[in-house]
This record gives sequence, structure tokens and C-alpha cells, in this order.
Amino acid sequence: MNTKVTIAGVEFKNPVMTASGTFGSGMEYSDFVDLNKLGAVVTKGVANVPWPGNPVPRVAETHGGMLNAIGLQNPGIDVFIERDIPFLKQFDTKIIVNVCGKSVEDYLEVVERLGDTDVAMLEINVSCPNVKEGAIAFGQKADCLYDITSQIKKKAKQPVIMKLSPNVTDITEMAKAAEAAGADAISLINTITGMKIDIHRRSFALANKTGGLSGPAIKPVAVRMVYQASHAVKIPVIGMGGISNAEDAIEFLLAGASAVAVGAMNFVNPYTTVEVVEGIEAYMKKYGVEDIQELIGGVQE
Amino acid sequence: MSKKAKIKAKVLSQKMIAPDIYDMWFSTELSKDAHAGQFIGVYPLDGAHLLPRPISICEVDREQSSLRIVYRVAGQGTAEFSTWKEGQEAELLGVLGNGFPVDEGKGKKVVLMGGGIGIPPMLQLAKELAAAGTEATIIPGYRDDKLFLKEDLEKYGRVLVATEDGSVGTKGNVLTVMNELQIEAEVIMACGPMPMLRAIKAYAQEKGITAYISLEERMACGVGACLGCVCKTTHKDHHSHVNNARICTDGPVFDAREVEI
Repeated sequence: MNTKVTIAGVEFKNPVMTASGTFGSGMEYSDFVDLNKLGAVVTKGVANVPWPGNPVPRVAETHGGMLNAIGLQNPGIDVFIERDIPFLKQFDTKIIVNVCGKSVEDYLEVVERLGDTDVAMLEINVSCPNVKEGAIAFGQKADCLYDITSQIKKKAKQPVIMKLSPNVTDITEMAKAAEAAGADAISLINTITGMKIDIHRRSFALANKTGGLSGPAIKPVAVRMVYQASHAVKIPVIGMGGISNAEDAIEFLLAGASAVAVGAMNFVNPYTTVEVVEGIEAYMKKYGVEDIQELIGGVQE
Repeated sequence: MSKKAKIKAKVLSQKMIAPDIYDMWFSTELSKDAHAGQFIGVYPLDGAHLLPRPISICEVDREQSSLRIVYRVAGQGTAEFSTWKEGQEAELLGVLGNGFPVDEGKGKKVVLMGGGIGIPPMLQLAKELAAAGTEATIIPGYRDDKLFLKEDLEKYGRVLVATEDGSVGTKGNVLTVMNELQIEAEVIMACGPMPMLRAIKAYAQEKGITAYISLEERMACGVGACLGCVCKTTHKDHHSHVNNARICTDGPVFDAREVEI
């Protein structure tokens, strides 16, 4: 039985990854999960300099999901290279670093710094809805996305994944722009912009007013967008959005994802990633699936 | 410190001990490593409310492998918990947070202050201090005469009650007790609402003493990964490098001098 998948020449032992921002750099979850069992750890977004993030409250629960507006707090690339990469290198898993920035130059600086490190791939965050400058500003217009993707591709030594926002009119347009600019893969969906109001205090639940919705509540939207995007481009798609078990993950594979990532559900069940890995194997055994490739895009039209 | 885990637990008992305040014992192996000032995540079972609710540990019984929480019904999650009966299976995440530095109380005049639903963690703290030979003065602050945990606290130290309406003990708050009864402290350990903690921070600063305060914030993961529950710190902490400590992991207990609240 083969569970290996290859994306842009990088081989993963299985298609299960962590979604950026929900798993730190793996340290906090290594108490719960054997990181060696994961296809890849995708780190929290890192910028060229430390970012303090947004004021609290930064998180709020909603029906079947949660809103967050962390604001990409991160310690900056120096600390990241010194602390986080050596930690992750101890494990037999691939490292994918999520890169964020306020300007194209910020992104390029991080991408260049990571060039000589043991990082398998770069995931470019052009879809965070919670910061005022950068991030989503590059991910909501096809021409901006094309521009930043091509500039990053010129400097990047590792294959580049562009992480797309669902907060767009037509996801296929964005997927095509990333592909045309040379992206090696795309990942989606980032969170859906939402809002919650506390009716007793008549105030916003989040200090940032708006936040990104994640969790099981968004899964059908994510499956639909992964299906549309994977049929619009030839480059591989990494699917995510509300995955809480192997059944959810298989849905994304059938929709066309070559790999999947577990996000908010790490907060709910810290063992989710490994349970998804084991559940996919059990599913393959049950249905006599020899190679996971049979599942990717395998939904009957 | 042992590894954190999400594990099954069983409710041993539950009763309401004041309006909206519930007292619940779990049978759980998390009790093995649980200390004063730490907390657990309790999961609602309804499926729509996903995140673990952070609730401080009120008392630990290692021999019986059981753990007590005393909590206030504050929303749909805790409302569900309040319906749980003996034998109910539940899921807990723990043990979380750093806890109070019991050793810092050794040989000193220690005063514990709990405000409202900040009173419960003072019980295990008083118990651990007593076991280490430190008898603390305990000041629980209540709104009115609906007291809870007072008799439990009296087992481990001198208890001086404050009530906002003056119906029991000193009329006022925990610091009114300090001033009116001229209580001397070398170390304060406290948990309660933010205005109370701010006042304690200022009080400790003025008196030149150390205060350890337990903070609270909206949390998601509870284990330091999501960066949802941060507070501003005076010094650059080792983790964030942006003066943002994680309350769930670097706290919830901080030296009051180290946090900007």
C-alpha cells in the first residue's frame, strides 16, 4: 500500500500536513503527536522581523468553528532559523515554512534567508485576513498575486506553494494566476473572514472586529473550492479547511487535493493529524486502494 | 513536568454551592501531576462547541486520583457542564499552565487573595503551602453573603472574608481587608478579575513586595500553539520576542512586575 505523494519533486511519506498557524513549529504538539508520522509540518507564518500581532481578545468560538485574529505574531526569521528549524530537523518529516510580509521586499528577504536551510518547501501567505498591510492585499487580485508570485519564484531556492484566500469572487482565477506566475503548488483555503458580536456587552467578540473563520463549519466551502481550483490548474493542490478526521481528509483528496492539512481541529483534538494518517490507511485497506494516487481527484463525475 | 494529554475522565460528583457556582470532582489520572494555579481544559460534548474551556484546578486528591473544579456558569459550555451527573464521561486536556511558585512562600508571610471565581485555585494553593510548612492568610472576596469554599479554606489557614455589600466580614474588597486589619504580607498570590489584579500589582509595587497573579484570557488551544491568549510583558520573553507572553503556557501565573495589565 502506497501513501506517498510527491509535490513539485518533494516526496512526502503521506499526504497529511499541519495547517499554518495552528501548530506553531511543532514544539507544542510534540507532547501529543509523534511528528515523525506526519507528511509535513507547515510552520506558523514568519516574517523578516518580529511581529507583535493584534490586541486581545484574538479568538472566539462560533457554532462548529472559531474565529481568530492573531495578526501573524511571530518572532522573526532570525529566531526562527536559530530555534524552530533545528527543532524540526530532529524529526523524519518535511518542513514547509509559511512566509508572511507587509511588502514584496519583506517576503523576498525571508525567502532568501531560507534558501540555505533544510526547508523542503515555502508556503507564501497572501491570504491572512487579519493584518492591515500585506498578506491578503496580495491575494485578492489576480494581477497582484501574479506579480508577487513571479518575484518570489525568481529568488526562491525551494519549490513555492501559494496559499490562497477563499475571500475572492472566483477561486479559479486566483489559482490560474498563481500557476501562470510559476507557482509549484497552491494551498487552500485560508480562513473565511467573519465577525461575532457579543449581544450582552454589545461589543465585538474580537478586538480586531473581524477574524478568520475556521473549523468544521467551513469544510463544505473548502471542498468546493479545492475541487474548482484543482480542475482549473495542473499544479498540485494542498487542501484544507475544517478537516477533523480521515473521512474529511479523504473528501478533500477525492475533490482533487494531492495533500491535506489539519488546522483548527488541532486545538480541539491534539491527536487529529496522526488519527487522520491512520484513518486514511484504514480506508485504503477497507476499499483495497493500493496507491493513494487512486484517490486524488477520484470523485466520480 | 510530565507530558500533556487529552484523556477521558469520569464525573464523581457535582453540586451547586452558590448561585451559578458549581463544584465538580473528576476521577482522572491528570491529578498525578496537577498543582495549584494550573488548569485543565474541559470539553463540551454537544459537538457544536469545540474548544476546551480553561478552568482552574481547585483541589487535587492524588490518593483518590481525583481532581476538583469549582466554576461559574458563564456561557453554553459551562452551562452544559453544570448538567453533568455522577458517572458522566468527559474529556479533559491537561495539565496546563505553570502554577503558583509554592517554594517562594517558604518562611515568609504569605497572603492569598481570591476574587469571586478566582477563589477556587486558592484552595489547592493553601493546601500545598500548608504541606510545605507555610500557613497562609487567605482573603476571599465575595459579592455578598453567598459564600463558597470558606470552610475548605479554613482547613489550611486563617481566612478573612471580604464582601462587596458588607454582609459578611469586611465591607469592601481584598485590599480593604489588608488595610483595615493591617495585614502584613511579604508575598501575595492572587487570582481574580482584572481590576483586582491591577490593584494588587499597584499595592505590591507600593509596598515593595512580590505578588504572583493568575491571569485569564480567551483561549483556543491551551497549549501555547495558537497565540490567542497573550499578555504584554515588561521584558522580552524567550518565546515571542515581542513582549507577548502566552497566558496558557508561560502563565497563567506571573510575577506582577513582569506583566503590563
